[in-house]
Amino acid sequence: MTHVQKLKFHESNIWHNKKPLLNQMDIELTERCNNNCIHCCINLPESDADALSSEMDTDFVKRILTQAATLGCLAVRFTGGEPLLRDDLPDLYLFARRLGMEVILFTNARLITTELAELLSKVHPRRVVEVSVYGMNPDSYDRVAGHAGAFFEFRRGVDLLLRYKVPFIVKGPHLRFLKGDQETFEAWAATIPSMDKKPLYSMNFDLRYRRDDPVKNACITRLRATPEEVAAALSSNSLYLKEMAQFCGRFMGPSGDQLFNCGAGHGTCIDAYGRAQLCLPLRHAETSVDLHEVTLKHTLEELFPAMRRIKATNLDYLRRCARCFLKGLCEQCPAKSWGEYGTLDTPVEYWCLVAHAQARHLGLLGEHEQAWEVENWRERVAGFAKAQGAAAQVET
Amino acid sequence: MDITLDCTYVQSEDIVSRVIEGELIIVPLISGIGDMDDELYTMNETGRAIWSRLDGKKSLREIAAELAAEFNAAPDVVERDMLELITELARRKIVISQ
Repeated sequence: MTHVQKLKFHESNIWHNKKPLLNQMDIELTERCNNNCIHCCINLPESDADALSSEMDTDFVKRILTQAATLGCLAVRFTGGEPLLRDDLPDLYLFARRLGMEVILFTNARLITTELAELLSKVHPRRVVEVSVYGMNPDSYDRVAGHAGAFFEFRRGVDLLLRYKVPFIVKGPHLRFLKGDQETFEAWAATIPSMDKKPLYSMNFDLRYRRDDPVKNACITRLRATPEEVAAALSSNSLYLKEMAQFCGRFMGPSGDQLFNCGAGHGTCIDAYGRAQLCLPLRHAETSVDLHEVTLKHTLEELFPAMRRIKATNLDYLRRCARCFLKGLCEQCPAKSWGEYGTLDTPVEYWCLVAHAQARHLGLLGEHEQAWEVENWRERVAGFAKAQGAAAQVET
Repeated sequence: MDITLDCTYVQSEDIVSRVIEGELIIVPLISGIGDMDDELYTMNETGRAIWSRLDGKKSLREIAAELAAEFNAAPDVVERDMLELITELARRKIVISQ
């Protein structure tokens, strides 16, 4: 008889049809960063006094982690800003691990020390560290990061991770002026033991989560890939059409006035000041709560389900997004609307254009068609799926 | 080391065990525990009953006797299950001999 069963964290059979209230949680330990990346949505200055005085203290983070553990949480992601700016990161890391949580650490690696690499090697995070990379030479890296000398600190940090055999992966932004670095980056990434596929690139940069800097927002907007570039980049994957045929069969169709059609609020993200949010970018007051005032359990059981029932009232949204069948291709969501307009339900033109470009690339839309005006979308999706040899199961 | 019913075992300090939704989940804390670094462990009902009694003081034989009485089971069956489980856990360094 086998008494002990091995499980992978993400295997669904852990819970035997039961599911804990909270499986994984994100904690944004700080909004400060030692980089000032040109495309970044969250990087207050390293010494920002307001942020420093308002951030959760160590005990409060530990209380949240403890609450999360009692609700079943088995994994926490520490992100920022740059989470290693906090002196208590090793303490919080060990605390989370001793609660039995796997830890996902997002970092630019500039502040990795010998001590931290030793700790991560001995008390394994059980998930790969994710390192953001902003170029493969000092000029390009420091230009993106906005900090002279950042590249050499990043390389030193990564070398420590390699020396101490801490598993990590690398990822980066898709910036036009980094194009020349891409080949070098991917060749280097292939030498990293934990990299079993090409690095992921972000290319549709979010605007500032705090809506705090119009100048930076304007810069981020200019750095975004064009809708056509997005469609071309996605389709460069040889499996793209086949995967999209299966995907479209499952996830296309108008969503109506229901705003939250994603997983937001089934878990939670904690901002640097102790507010629980439905998802990481969404800072709207109507969709976040202060954990200094309510428990995580009450938030997840009572408050978030009510928030998820919020319906769209914006007339443009109701005219377009609510009737649009490109739901599965479109990133339009309350978080994107918040980032761009400070509302929950304003259609974001950029995402609309990206979704339409993809749909045209897939043959789901004609050149001048608007998806919300298409009535025979089921036939189109089914035809696309059939053409790709996939069994479309169009939701009706 | 041979595992016999006269041995005593204790849960390793290098693991964390938690009961979530009625499931006992064992999470290795340091590298080298378990078979791979990305695995968790859970136990069946017999395993959980044994696990909770590993205090480093009672021998496996004493624990088996307790369980046989509590569950009205044949002692030799419980002892066999006990040795199987402890062998599995000791191999993975999830329990430590005292």
